[in-house]
Amino acid sequence: MTAVPTTPSRARAFSATPGQIALALAIAAFLLVFLVLPVATVIYVAFTEKGTSTFTLVNFHDFVRSELFMRSLWNSFYVSAMSVAFASVLALPLAYLTTRFAFRGAAIVQTLGFLPLIMPPFVGAVAMQLFFGRNGSINLLLDDWLGVKIDFMEGLNGVIFVQSVHYFPFILVNLSAALRNIDRAMEEAAQNLGSSGFRLFRRIVFPLALPGYLAGASLVFVKVFDDLATPLLLNVKDMLAPQAYLRVTSIGIADPMGYVISVVLIIASVLAMWLSALALRGRDYATTQRGGGGLARRVMRPHEAVLGYGVVILILALVLAPHLALLLLSFATIWSFSPLPDAYTLAHYGRVFGESSLYIKNTLIYAMLAGGIDIVLGVAIAYLVLRTRLVGREWLDWMATAALAVPGVVLGIGYLRTFYGITLPDGTPLAALWITIVLALAIRRLPYALRACHAALQQISVSLEEAAENLGATKARTVRRIVVPLMTGGILAGFVTSFATAAVELSATLMLVQSNSDAPLAYGLYVFMQSAAGRGPGAALGVVAVLLVAACTYLSHLIVERSQKAKGSGHRP
Amino acid sequence: MNATVSLTRPAVSVAIEGVNLSYGDNHVLKDIDLAIEPGEFFAFLGPSGCGKTTLLRLIAGFNRADTGRVTIGGRDISSLPPWKRDVGMVFQSYALWPHMSVRRNVAFGLEERGVKRAEIERRVEAALDLVGLGHLAERRPSQLSGGQQQRVAVARTIAVEPKVLLLDEPLSNLDAKMRVQVRRELRDLQQRLGLTTIFVTHDQEEANTICDRIAVMNDGVVQQVGTPMELYEHPANLFVAGFLGTANILKGRVVGSGAERGFEIDGQVRFPVAAGVAIPEGSALVFRPQHASLVDANEAPEGALTLPCVIANREFLGASIRYGARIGATEVSVDMPFQSGTDLFEIGSAARLTLRPRSLHWLPV
Repeated sequence: MTAVPTTPSRARAFSATPGQIALALAIAAFLLVFLVLPVATVIYVAFTEKGTSTFTLVNFHDFVRSELFMRSLWNSFYVSAMSVAFASVLALPLAYLTTRFAFRGAAIVQTLGFLPLIMPPFVGAVAMQLFFGRNGSINLLLDDWLGVKIDFMEGLNGVIFVQSVHYFPFILVNLSAALRNIDRAMEEAAQNLGSSGFRLFRRIVFPLALPGYLAGASLVFVKVFDDLATPLLLNVKDMLAPQAYLRVTSIGIADPMGYVISVVLIIASVLAMWLSALALRGRDYATTQRGGGGLARRVMRPHEAVLGYGVVILILALVLAPHLALLLLSFATIWSFSPLPDAYTLAHYGRVFGESSLYIKNTLIYAMLAGGIDIVLGVAIAYLVLRTRLVGREWLDWMATAALAVPGVVLGIGYLRTFYGITLPDGTPLAALWITIVLALAIRRLPYALRACHAALQQISVSLEEAAENLGATKARTVRRIVVPLMTGGILAGFVTSFATAAVELSATLMLVQSNSDAPLAYGLYVFMQSAAGRGPGAALGVVAVLLVAACTYLSHLIVERSQKAKGSGHRP
Repeated sequence: MNATVSLTRPAVSVAIEGVNLSYGDNHVLKDIDLAIEPGEFFAFLGPSGCGKTTLLRLIAGFNRADTGRVTIGGRDISSLPPWKRDVGMVFQSYALWPHMSVRRNVAFGLEERGVKRAEIERRVEAALDLVGLGHLAERRPSQLSGGQQQRVAVARTIAVEPKVLLLDEPLSNLDAKMRVQVRRELRDLQQRLGLTTIFVTHDQEEANTICDRIAVMNDGVVQQVGTPMELYEHPANLFVAGFLGTANILKGRVVGSGAERGFEIDGQVRFPVAAGVAIPEGSALVFRPQHASLVDANEAPEGALTLPCVIANREFLGASIRYGARIGATEVSVDMPFQSGTDLFEIGSAARLTLRPRSLHWLPV
């Protein structure tokens, strides 16, 4: 094929206006300063001799020679891989049950998909100790009845257990969606040619659903690999992310090892994403073809239904365990060496709404600002990418999306290093201001908000804008009067998602909180949960966080549904 | 098993006997009885929702009848699951598996049957050559055009040498030009293989051009079975008359007797009807636009039945001109052949509608 040269007049028609160029430059500058620069600083420090700017590999040499770091590296890989494996064990039967059978439990299983959004895993970690720990409810009962104890929560086991229970819905949601999108004719064609049963599943159904599974699995791997707070709260220090944090906080910001570990974290998460992209290449089957309809669902026979409900209830119990334990703990006076608390009180909530209400206020402000920044950037980038011919506009998209590959702890370290040297006129370093927390949160959540805005804009037919321009509206006025109103649902959904996840984010903020008065809720939770006396108020704060995020998630669901309904009845694009 | 795809098995008959099927209160198939001859190219023709695809999927085993049975070559297959029926189906969406190459798609059914590797290779080659796609064997389905995908779907099905070939609207996803080409290829292929084939379509032109016989279906009922010409010439009811081609359908009643006998429409227009013509009670008068013609108002052709009319509208169709001729309150369509230089009737002018008595049908309402 030969490239068809664009005619000059057409090129001019699509070239950008000065306003668009200015907008693109402003966004680029923002991303460069608050994403690229901190990450580049981390990488730069890792490759230079301490205190100088001489290139060196000696830091990596030290890393490889250190028995602790190599063990941490291995542990991080081991925990991530095992979490993916256990999460798959939980997700596979549920996905299969809900997509292949006409099954009443399916609706319950689908709502499980929202649970990871609702509670950060480190909150669950403490709660899980109470049920599954060495002296937790389950082991006490097991000891009474059978005289055995199981080490669910000892060392790395605990991290794997908490993470896989927490993150398995990512696999469930992606795999179920992939299974549901398979055209029923794909299965029928195989049956027609003589295939059935497990062979049919292995040769046709599973390969077609594989992209969904891989997408979920790589997400779980990266999330677990980067998680900082869960291992710390379970007192597991020999993993990479906790090591990076401990190096920087205990030895100091000048110590190069924290940066070396950060680079290793970035490499691991880029590698995991690259591998899954590689495995998925050429497999983006849009199998919902003209026929559509999803796989045939079968009614369960009685013994199958019993088995099915058994599996669902067991997994549901496991998933709800941390939430239930947290709720009990928030009302408990003393809960130790007994299956249930000794007595109940409301004192913890009193404390949370009294002296700790500052955390809640800070969280609302930070998450609101971060969500606001995200949707402004998200709409602007989506518009530049989809509706203009600006040279290099994809770079904005790539840069914003690249934030996915930057672990929170790395971004935190980068901000500390980059902005500590910059001081305000009164002498306070920029990194000590609470606004850096907001910026870090905004950068971390930007990829998700951008996807939401991108999708919302993509659904709007260009002809709606052309009609406005044809009737005399300028580009800017068209955006304001046509594009943004039509995108409202998507924008709001993006905002609420950013807000809800920023509200419980810890890995980047843990580094950046300089004083207790600036701390957000997740930080307060972490501080409370570290001491035995603080667990009660911590749990109460956790319940508040869960309710806050649950309310937001429900709200975004309502908004999306309503805007879709309104658009569906109003006009068809 | 045989080495080539050329049909070495004798063709078999398909019989559908007393089939009823309901989805809840929705009675989708009603007392279907059909006998399809060995080697016949047979069509299920009808509007969407008439039950034709449901009937086809019943033969393939994807639907289960409430009553009745399906036999292939005299053997009852009603209780067999889809994978044991040995009927090949080409899906409307083609259903090519995107994770397999063309070659692997075509080999699938043979692998499932446990055919030996060398044999599989040969038969895949043969099937792909038969549809002219041997050179594209290593491509993925997504790299093929719509017409090529359709041919791969056919090759995949005939590679297993099914007893019967089922085609579910195989041309509906192709553009108009491809459709004409592919339907000829399908007909050609079916003739070469001599395979009993059932073709589902809502397009009467498709059915007319390639099928030996057609079952016209509506509302879950088989309306009429016959060759395309039989259906066109002698429709059994108003639905068949209206669905195959255009028809003027005039409702009215028989009045008078002897020389005064006529068919009265709206209580005013009267078609003269000879005494010998039997008209069942409650019939409608049916004739096709090209079986009527228009002459000048003052002419009166011999042996034809004529009525004065007024030209109400005129449409140019290319080979012919379709006039709307108004007789009293009734308007009928009349097609006149068009050649350059033909004098046209002007809208609003008076004319005479003439009809040959033998091209009139009297069909129950």
